[in-house]
Amino acid sequence: MDDALVIAGKRFHSRLLLGTGKYPDLPTMKRCHEASGTEMVTVAVRRLDLQARGEASLLHWIDQGRIALLPNTALCYTAEDAVRTCRLARELGMSNWVKLEVLGDERTLFPDVEQTVAAARTLVKEGFVVLPYTSDDLIVARKLEDAGCAAVMPLAAPIGSGLGIRNPHALQLLREAVEVPVIVDAGVGTASDVSVALELGCDGVLLNTAVAAAREPVRMARAMKLAAEAGREAFLAGRIPRRAHGSASSPLEGLLP
Amino acid sequence: MQVVVNGERREVPDGLTVLELLRALSVPGRVAVERNGVVLRQAEHAVVRLGDGDVLEVVTFVGGGA
Repeated sequence: MDDALVIAGKRFHSRLLLGTGKYPDLPTMKRCHEASGTEMVTVAVRRLDLQARGEASLLHWIDQGRIALLPNTALCYTAEDAVRTCRLARELGMSNWVKLEVLGDERTLFPDVEQTVAAARTLVKEGFVVLPYTSDDLIVARKLEDAGCAAVMPLAAPIGSGLGIRNPHALQLLREAVEVPVIVDAGVGTASDVSVALELGCDGVLLNTAVAAAREPVRMARAMKLAAEAGREAFLAGRIPRRAHGSASSPLEGLLP
Repeated sequence: MQVVVNGERREVPDGLTVLELLRALSVPGRVAVERNGVVLRQAEHAVVRLGDGDVLEVVTFVGGGA
């Protein structure tokens, strides 16, 4: 059975999106990407260091035959900055896919959803495939969907916090409120967080620090892959309803007197 | 004439194209260039000539996450 994740008509067989930051080194990053099975990774856009010579290029360590690039607008604080970054990324990346991220608070790195919606409208008009980082507010998610975003990417907890799924109920309501894929972005700490997100019916998970900063990053990448498969299978299988009391699973008939 | 590249002022020959500037700076690999706030298409690098006082941003992909 083909259970692909489809975003803007593109099919992905992995439900994990990974980052390319914070790894101990680039060879480890490449091994993590392989172990996770990811087919899309985020990259950031920054000023080229004109003094640096012969530095290993990030792109050299990404198998672009198998893994799509998703440029992000990380650390942009206004719609204008984010749109500018996306225009540069399109010229760099030979692709019109972007992860839109407009932050509103330096301590929590929570998104400025007003600026995010404004930027999304502009970018969609310019032909971008927009995947926005957002809060777990379903009203905002609907606005992003109405703006033409190809997916919505609510946070589970603050970026890099590893706090896991703080509000599963909100994510579930959000999932039910929009038609586009829902990708949980930010806050994953360990494998079970990925499983929970997918068990809730979310379509994918984007994570970086949980793998890159684990004691054994490659092993954690493999754990994330298994967790994604388990979570998705459990969602498709359909969990039993929760009950307040016990319900025996062995027959009462034939009990020894 | 003078241009500003990634925040640094530089003396360059008159009439230099963007592509010629990138070569003169030994820029490795693929980059994107913004000139005076306008992002240039890759195809424009070879034809757009710099003017005195132009402000350029040359960017690339770096590691980054969620």
